[in-house]
Order: sequence, then structure tokens, then C-alpha cells
Amino acid sequence: MNKLIFGRYIPGDSFIHRLDPRGKLLLSFYFIGIIFLAHNWQSYLLLFLFTMFAVLMSRVNLGFFIRGVRPLIWLILFTVILQIFFTRGGHLYWHWGPLVVSQYGLVNGGYIFMRFVLIIFMSTLLTLTTPPLQLSDAIESILKPFKVFHLPVYEIALMISIALRFVPTLMDETEKIMNAQRARGVDFGSGSLSQKMRAIIPLLIPLFVNSFNRAEDLATAMEARGYQGGEGRTKYRVLTWKGQDTLAVAAFAVITGLLIWLR
Amino acid sequence: MANIIEVTDLSYHYPQMEQRPALQHVNFTVQAGEWLAIIGHNGSGKSTLAKSLDGLLTPDPQNKGEIKVAGLTLTDETVWQIRAKIGMVFQNPDNQFVGATVEDDVAFGLENRGVPRPEMQERVHAALKRVRMTEFADREPARLSGGQKQRVAIAGIIAQRPDIIILDESTSMLDPKGRAEVLATVRQLNQEDHLTVISITHDIDEAAQANRIVVLDDGQVKETGTPAEIFAYGERLIEMGLDVPYAERLKTALRQVGADVPKQYLTEEGMADWLWTSHSKM
Ligand SMILES: Nc1ncnc2c1ncn2[C@@H]1O[C@H](COP(=O)(O)OP(=O)(O)O)[C@@H](O)[C@H]1O
Ligand SMILES: [Mg+2]
Repeated sequence: MNKLIFGRYIPGDSFIHRLDPRGKLLLSFYFIGIIFLAHNWQSYLLLFLFTMFAVLMSRVNLGFFIRGVRPLIWLILFTVILQIFFTRGGHLYWHWGPLVVSQYGLVNGGYIFMRFVLIIFMSTLLTLTTPPLQLSDAIESILKPFKVFHLPVYEIALMISIALRFVPTLMDETEKIMNAQRARGVDFGSGSLSQKMRAIIPLLIPLFVNSFNRAEDLATAMEARGYQGGEGRTKYRVLTWKGQDTLAVAAFAVITGLLIWLR
Repeated sequence: MANIIEVTDLSYHYPQMEQRPALQHVNFTVQAGEWLAIIGHNGSGKSTLAKSLDGLLTPDPQNKGEIKVAGLTLTDETVWQIRAKIGMVFQNPDNQFVGATVEDDVAFGLENRGVPRPEMQERVHAALKRVRMTEFADREPARLSGGQKQRVAIAGIIAQRPDIIILDESTSMLDPKGRAEVLATVRQLNQEDHLTVISITHDIDEAAQANRIVVLDDGQVKETGTPAEIFAYGERLIEMGLDVPYAERLKTALRQVGADVPKQYLTEEGMADWLWTSHSKM
């Protein structure tokens, strides 16, 4: 159900699962950066092996990663085809007006395809091995320096964690209201687009009203339990940076070095 | 025994409600260690009264009265001190679960009060043990029953070590099993830790646990008495906002045909026992 927000977490106890979420989040972004250092097949092979190694270490079924690519497949193919038809250079295999199929085009198309797949695999690895709550802790921790600019970091993290906590509750409620409206003869499944849109209204209105009531109850309960904003609060859950996290950073440093050397 | 709560001439008027005040000239006291039940039909002002005690309603200059909790008079300056002495459990188990998991939720109140982390861990574990939820510590609320969620809410209160616990229809959304578990936990806190309990309820079994019952009607205190005194009203209890169970209705019906039924409150089993033992005497 949390799929809507943060991808789907697969519980496990692998090395990757146990890494600090801050490190994982930052290294996933870093990976998107260093992928642009690759310009030849050796460096792409290196990145491919490195990614597959990480995927295997997570002990999550490869199928989940391939499924992560599927929603984006049209975007990927479109970009790759543009790259192939508009790049000139090397041996020319075919041409028609401004369109060509050249040696460079094919090679670049292949590289772009690899780039997409590797980025998707790495970010899927992050969401498959990190519970959403840990990601929200990581975001809080990473944003902490921005407190200087009066960014309400603690409140943002609390908002994310409450939102995540209420996703299943609201899904249940949606289901209940849908059943109640079905019993009154509302048809959610069929009809034209405008009919479907109209069927949504008797679903959305009770859902909104209930959510506001919930929010008010929750605010009262939080106040009754002494909540006065982020100032002066202590934290029950803390993130600890361990040796293995430094090791992961070191692995990325080595890969960066190799990529530069291969250029 | 000393009074832990003293309410003197309390009136409250919601700004949105033009005509009717929600509370009018309410006076009552609660003794330390006592279990007080508050009954009354829907809209009689029970929740308004509970929220007033915890300073959760927007103060308004035209609302008069005084509330004293453990010797402190409720004002803007003392409200956080008083909230630390009172734990509140509300009606809807879902709408008061703030944490992402059971232990996070129990820790929420401690985090708010800046309790250092090692002490926090100790208090969270002790509180979960107390409500027998230790093995659920890392569960998300979506995977708990209503009764379990209410016990987590009680654990959150135990961890804060208050003097008073207020239950505002906290068992009304639970199934009989969940209700019994929550009540057993509260009874234990009342008897072993001498926590003062105020329970707002429509459930006669819950009201029967109390030392005293206060009946609210239209924002006013209508009656105060022991459960035996209040339950003697029989049929009229329904007007007072209690769901009268089968055994009580049977008693009233038997009394009407001239049977000498006992005055004190009986559960369904107690009633059955009384029926078959009394028959042999006839
Ligand atoms: N937030 C509110 N705004 C305006 N009126 C309210 C609000 N909450 C309760 N009331 C009104 O105050 C009266 C007492 O309500 P309440 O204390 O919730 O009763 P009870 O808990 O006994 O059912 C009712 O008439 C109700 O309509
Ligand atoms: Mg109420």
C-alpha cells in the first residue's frame, strides 16, 4: 500500500538492508552523478557489474528490479530511438531524409539504455531495502543543517511519518465507503469517463469530511500528550553510522576512481 | 482522602454554538485513587468536561469557573504541568495513534517532554510490559486490533507516569474481548498504582466498576452516587445514557411482577446464578 508514496519495501536482513538510510539515500543520488562519467563500454561494464553485485547482496528477487523498469519502458525506448535516429558518425547503415542509423547512434543508444536501467535498479534497490519510515528519518537528518534558514525540519519529518502511518487507515476507509456506496447503487467500475468521475464524488466527500475529523482528533490527542512543536524534543529512534556504512562509501569512491581512470 | 480534582462552577460555551452552553455551573470533586464514572446521553457535555480538565478547549473570557488539579489551578501558565499529570484515552483508537509503530507511539509523549533516550527506552519497555504488548513493539497500527491500539494508548500514558487517567468512551468502539482487556488493564492501574480513573461511558459494566457515578444532563450534573444508588433508577438509566443490559431489564420486569430481586447490580452470569438458586427456595 505504501507503494503509492515510496515504492515497496521488502523486509530482509542483508548487508544492504542494514546500511544506514542516510548513506543509502545520499549514495543513490551520488550514483546518478557518477554514471555520467562513463563514456565507453568498459566503464558501463564496470557499473553494470557493480550494480548487479549490490542487487545480489540485497538478496531481493531480480524480478522486483525488472518490474521497476516496466512503468518507464516507453520513455526509455522513445529516448533510445531518438538517440539512434539522430546521431551520425562511424559506419552508416541506413538513411532516409534526416533519419540515419549509424554506428555511433547504435552505440550511444545502447549506453543511454544502460544508463536508465542502472539508475532505476539503484533507486529500486534503495526503496526495496529501506522502510519508508527510515527514509523519512534520513531526510530529517540530512535536512538538519537547513534549520539555520528556519526550515521546520522536525515538523516536515513528523508530517511525512504521520502521512505514512495513515495511508493504510485511509485505504481501509476508502474501501468501506466504496462498499457502503455500492450498496446504495453507485457503480464505480463502468460507464464513460464522465460517469466514472461522477461516481468518485460520493466517495471523495465522506473521505474528506472524515479526514478532517481525524486530523482534529489527532491534534487534540497530540496536545494532550504534551506536543508543543519540535523545540526541546528528544528522539526515540536514532540513526547510527557504522563501519559498514563507511565501507559502502569507500566502495563508491573506488568505483569513481576507476571510472575516471577508464575515461 | 484528599481531592485530586476540584471543579467549581464550571461553565463552557462553544463560540460556534449561539444558544446552548455545553456546560453549566458544574461542580464536582474527585478523590485521589478514586474511580469515577461519568454517564450521560450523547451531547450532554461529557467530552467537553473531559477536555476542560486537560485544558484542551480554547479559553473564552465569558466561560467562568475554576478547575484545580493536584492543587494547581488551571491557567495558561499551569496547563502543561497539569497535562503532565493527566493521561487521556479517546474514543477512536486510530485517531490518537501518532507513532509509526507501537513503541514509537508509546515514546511520543516522552519525546515531547524531552526525556533522555536511555530513560525513554526503559520507560517504553516497562509500559509495554504492563499492558502485555511487548511482543508487538515493532508492529504498525494497521496490524493491531482496536483493543490492542487502546492498550498502546494506555501504555503511552503509563510511560508518562501521570496521577490521573481519563477514558472518554475509550471502549465504545471495541468488541467485547477488547473492551474486557482494556478494562482489566485500567482496573490494575487503579488498584496497584492508585491511579485516579475518570471513565466516561455508556457501558453499564464499566460504570459498575466505579466508586461513584456522576450523571450529566444538558451540561449539568444531575445526580451523583454509588453505582448501587444510580442503578436503582432502573429503566430511567436509559434516559441517563446507559445501555441497560439484558440482566438489568430482566430484573426490572421481574420486580414488576412482584419478585424479590436483589438491589445491587448483577452481570448476566450473576443473574443466572441468582435465578437458579432462588427457584429452589420457592
Ligand atoms: N467543537 C465543537 N464545536 C461546537 N459545539 C460543540 C463542539 N463539540 C461539542 N459541541 C456541542 O457541545 C455539546 C456537548 O458535546 P459533548 O461534550 O461532545 O457531548 P458528549 O461527549 O456528552 O456526547 C453538544 O451540544 C455538542 O453539539
Ligand atoms: Mg463524547
